[in-house]
Amino acid sequence: MNAPGSIGVVIPHKAQFDEPIRLRSGALVERYELAYETYGRLNPTRNNAVLVCHALNASHHVAGIYSDDPANVGWWDNLVGPGKPVDTGRFFVVGVNNLGGCHGSTGPASINPATGRPWGAHFPVVTVEDWVLTQARLADHLGIERFAVVMGGSLGAMQALQWTISFPQRISHALVIAAAPKLSAQNIAFNEVARQAIMTDPDFHGGDFYAHHVVPRRGLRLARMIGHITYLSDDAMAEKFGRALRDGTLKFNFDVEFEIESYLRYQGDKFSDYFDANTYLRITKALDYFDPAAEYGGDLTKALARARAAFLVVSFTSDWRFSPARSRQILKALVDNRLDVSYAEIDAPHGHDAFLMDDARYHDLIRAYLDNIDIG
Amino acid sequence: MPGPAAVRSPPARRPEFDTIAAWIEPGAQVLDLGCGDGSLLRHLKQVRGAMGYGVEIDDAKVLASVRHRVNVLQSDLESGLAGFETGSFDYVILSQTLQAVRHTEQIIGEMLRVGRQAIVTFPNFGYWGHRLQILAGHMPVSATLPYQWYDTPNVHLFTLRDFESFCAGHGIRILERIVMDQGRVVSLLPNLLGSLAVYRFDRGAQP
Repeated sequence: MNAPGSIGVVIPHKAQFDEPIRLRSGALVERYELAYETYGRLNPTRNNAVLVCHALNASHHVAGIYSDDPANVGWWDNLVGPGKPVDTGRFFVVGVNNLGGCHGSTGPASINPATGRPWGAHFPVVTVEDWVLTQARLADHLGIERFAVVMGGSLGAMQALQWTISFPQRISHALVIAAAPKLSAQNIAFNEVARQAIMTDPDFHGGDFYAHHVVPRRGLRLARMIGHITYLSDDAMAEKFGRALRDGTLKFNFDVEFEIESYLRYQGDKFSDYFDANTYLRITKALDYFDPAAEYGGDLTKALARARAAFLVVSFTSDWRFSPARSRQILKALVDNRLDVSYAEIDAPHGHDAFLMDDARYHDLIRAYLDNIDIG
Repeated sequence: MPGPAAVRSPPARRPEFDTIAAWIEPGAQVLDLGCGDGSLLRHLKQVRGAMGYGVEIDDAKVLASVRHRVNVLQSDLESGLAGFETGSFDYVILSQTLQAVRHTEQIIGEMLRVGRQAIVTFPNFGYWGHRLQILAGHMPVSATLPYQWYDTPNVHLFTLRDFESFCAGHGIRILERIVMDQGRVVSLLPNLLGSLAVYRFDRGAQP
């Protein structure tokens, strides 16, 4: 049974790219596949396309469900669908699994045609710039010359921002939600702890665990647990779990006692069931490396001088991972360049995860902004 | 239920909009502090081809501005204009908001740092209707001061004369002044007969 306004059953697709791509690291990927989904219809003038970029653990499955897996609801289904703020009745929405991912696009678990074995440790490090380049090739494949909107939250927002720099003529609007113009030392520190958790797991085997038919589950679990702590605000955690005990009484041992422990272990277990450790390492690196201002002496205003898009920037008051102050840095660079931009600071309690939540003020704003985009 | 303030807020299209539009140069870059639902910026964009941004703290007004296709930045004016470069705008406008700002000197100083010129509009507390109500023993309630003493957002009420002596004392040069009442320009005894003041000013000749 679909929720009202759900796009319903969707079908994932794959696009094969045979033109080699030179990554920012210098590595060459000869050929690759990208998994993607589309919702709605590309109109005859092809000016209603919306690209939704995913963050750390998500995928091309943005909205809807699969016929053989009705419990697998798209990660931004509360925002994208018929009559929803990103209205698939008006827009042609594209979700894509990024290069290096583990949901169908070519990644570390894919077979390296040169060796006939999984890429593993040999899969190159990918960056936000690389992703944007491959997304542009997917746009070519789909006949989209220019996106009406490129949008995302967190790492997805960094891709939207990079789009305005890499392809200023191919994007009309960027929705940059819960973003930062670069990671802070604290952000990188959390990523490094997550990477160390994975890489020091004996089952990691230097990244070539596939050959050993094992998965570095312990490392993945820890990485995910650390991540979840940073996605929630202190208040949201207190509200959701407090000091509640699972069995109502202290047991004086090291089993699960507090509800928060149970939650983190559950999230860690679930994650380690489906997520590829090598992908996790690479995505955290892409986050760490993102810094469009770096080649302009740290001047974000200069970095965004090429941009031509109109922007909607949104932050959340309780997000301490990418706080409103980080969004205001982006905002200043956009205003310095006299680009059209609106900015909202949503008073939401959920922390960084707020960008995924169904919050009326947040969703009303996105709806109002997108409704004003003229697609003829 | 909307509060009394919401019911009695001034209409979106204000009489001083045309005055402000006539003052600014075509294609000017404008910052509108306390932009409300964005109608002034929209007006300036339509009639003068102005480009700019509104600053607004209130969630509902931010949403209304977005609906009006106006660039709006959600921020608290009281925290200053740190996100804006010095001398980066042609005009910084503060329309019907100065009387509700706590740190008057700071905001005027910031307006003149960020803008080449500043424009403010405010209700004239010296208006005869206000004076009469005070003589009758009450805080004034009028079209320009549409609040009861207990629900008003205004914290600094002042007259034309007060504002002009403030400017004189702070090295501010008044470039133009228009005083209005009920949408009409008042030229005789403005501090008595005018309910709304509109001023354009700059830093003057700095030493």
